[in-house]
Amino acid sequence: MEKLLEIKDLWVEVEGKEVLKDISLILPLGETHVIFGKNGSGKTTLLMTIMGFPVYKIKHGKIFFKGEDITELPPYERAKRGIGIMFQRPPTIRGVKLKDILISCIRENKIKIEELAHEFGFETFLDREVNKGFSGGELKKSELLQLLVQNPDLVLLDEPESGVDIENIQFIGKMIKRLLQKDIPHKPRNKSGLIITHTGFILQYIAADLGYVIMDGEIYCKGNPIEIFEGIQKYGYEGCKKCLKRYSF
Amino acid sequence: MSNEAIDLKNFKSAKKVKPLKDESELSEEEKERLKILGLDEKAKRGGEYIQVDAYPILCRKKIKGLEVLPIVYALKEFEWLQDYLWKLVSSEKDKFTQAVAEDLDNGYFIRVLPNHKLIYPVQTCLYIRTESIAQKVHNIVIVEEGAELNLITSCSVHPHIGSALHIGISEFYVKKGAKLTFTMIHMWGEGINVRPRTGILVEEGGTYISTYITLFPVKSIQTAPVCHLIGKNAKASFISIIANYPNSCIDIGGEIHLEAEETKTEIVSRSVVYGGENIARGKIIAKSSKVKGHLECQGLMLSDNGIMKAIPELDSFFYDVELTHEAAVGKIAQEEVEYLMARGLSEEEATSLIVKGFLTVKIEGLSPFLQSHIDKTLELAKLGF
Repeated sequence: MEKLLEIKDLWVEVEGKEVLKDISLILPLGETHVIFGKNGSGKTTLLMTIMGFPVYKIKHGKIFFKGEDITELPPYERAKRGIGIMFQRPPTIRGVKLKDILISCIRENKIKIEELAHEFGFETFLDREVNKGFSGGELKKSELLQLLVQNPDLVLLDEPESGVDIENIQFIGKMIKRLLQKDIPHKPRNKSGLIITHTGFILQYIAADLGYVIMDGEIYCKGNPIEIFEGIQKYGYEGCKKCLKRYSF
Repeated sequence: MSNEAIDLKNFKSAKKVKPLKDESELSEEEKERLKILGLDEKAKRGGEYIQVDAYPILCRKKIKGLEVLPIVYALKEFEWLQDYLWKLVSSEKDKFTQAVAEDLDNGYFIRVLPNHKLIYPVQTCLYIRTESIAQKVHNIVIVEEGAELNLITSCSVHPHIGSALHIGISEFYVKKGAKLTFTMIHMWGEGINVRPRTGILVEEGGTYISTYITLFPVKSIQTAPVCHLIGKNAKASFISIIANYPNSCIDIGGEIHLEAEETKTEIVSRSVVYGGENIARGKIIAKSSKVKGHLECQGLMLSDNGIMKAIPELDSFFYDVELTHEAAVGKIAQEEVEYLMARGLSEEEATSLIVKGFLTVKIEGLSPFLQSHIDKTLELAKLGF
């Protein structure tokens, strides 16, 4: 089992407040893992820390990507090495067109931006200011299109279904499948995903390999993502606290 | 550098310089520099005027309905031109206008005859090639009734000049139902002082669109064009796109008088301050009822060693008017930089893209050709830290 991402004993502070405590996990090549957790549990902090944003300060622990210690690398170096993130609330950048960003973030010349945009019905957005006036679904499509162009090996998705209507969730599910190579089931995959979900809807479209519950900055349990999600639906996150099947390496 | 600090005695007369025969005497380096600004032999132009120091080296028109002449020649040729000379800018305005009135080097006269809508732009270039000279020009542009003109000026200096002064008087007449799109893309130098003095008159149903772009270092620019919209439905837009570098002072204003009903104007400025002092002034004066004006000054500060002043002013003498302004000065949002860094751009590349985006102004009424020309200039300016 080749490890694409390995996190060891990670402690993270945001503006002086301890948010993640002793997180360790392994994401093998080709697998997709899902993170469940209440608002404020530390899910987004984990993804942002993996991407390397400076406000998320690592107090202890290491992050390895493809065997390399990337703990001290800035976000663009991580992006160049093959990590990509879908933002939950991406900013509007005045005057910068979606196409400008797509051209800048392309990692492989074989990717044809126009063709890809056309395939996902997004070609009319290429000359629009990025994220300006985009609906919830359009924001997600824009983010996923950027990731498809960037073509990362590790895809970090922060609540891909939030603010998206039922019709568009299906479409977004299709884009995520493409990103994670889940639209080609019989080939060995070399893309991995770490997905935060609040509602669990995305599980209907993405067959995830493993699920985690994060509570108060700690990983509480891991297991079959569908079973975990059904448990959360039935007993809530309070049920997770009582479960006591806490996960540890 | 303030107007008072510029001593005209420190600059030689441009007339004392030996004239060039033609543009082939320019070095390759100079030609490359001018090419960035749009002076490209391959580009389709309706007419051209190039002046080096005091002397025109190219003056030609390629189409019917257009007149392009050196102003000195035009003033001798057309007696009636006196009716247009020093009418929109007073020769007594300041020491710079006086200097031009007393000792004119040259400049261009361009006229588009009635109802001629020119497809290709007319390109002019006022170029300073000699150290420590004052280039004193006077330009008159007349777009007759129902005519249209795209005028591009690409002013620049020899890349190795340490000091010079450019004084440019411009008087623009946009007649009934005519349209003048005036696009200035300039590349001065770190030791160059620039003092344009411009007046514009727009008649009924006429349109004037001015875009001033300076993205390269300059010592100082101080200008405040005054535009009078005297006929019903006349329109004017002033757009300035500025990069302000350390040891540089750029003070750009614009004053628009709405003197007839249904006149409309917009003043937009975008300044990026890497250092030095930037002043964005704008003034709209409603001298008639049923007029509209909007003023927008936006400044992006990229350094603690720079000064940005946004000074909007709205004056109204009538109650039935719509005048608005918005001004904002700030820094680049960190979340925007980080967003782009997550896509693989370094901090410098991310900043450069954000700055370019900030300076990209969608100019209503501008032809796609000019818009892409401006976009290309933004690309070449290598904006960033």
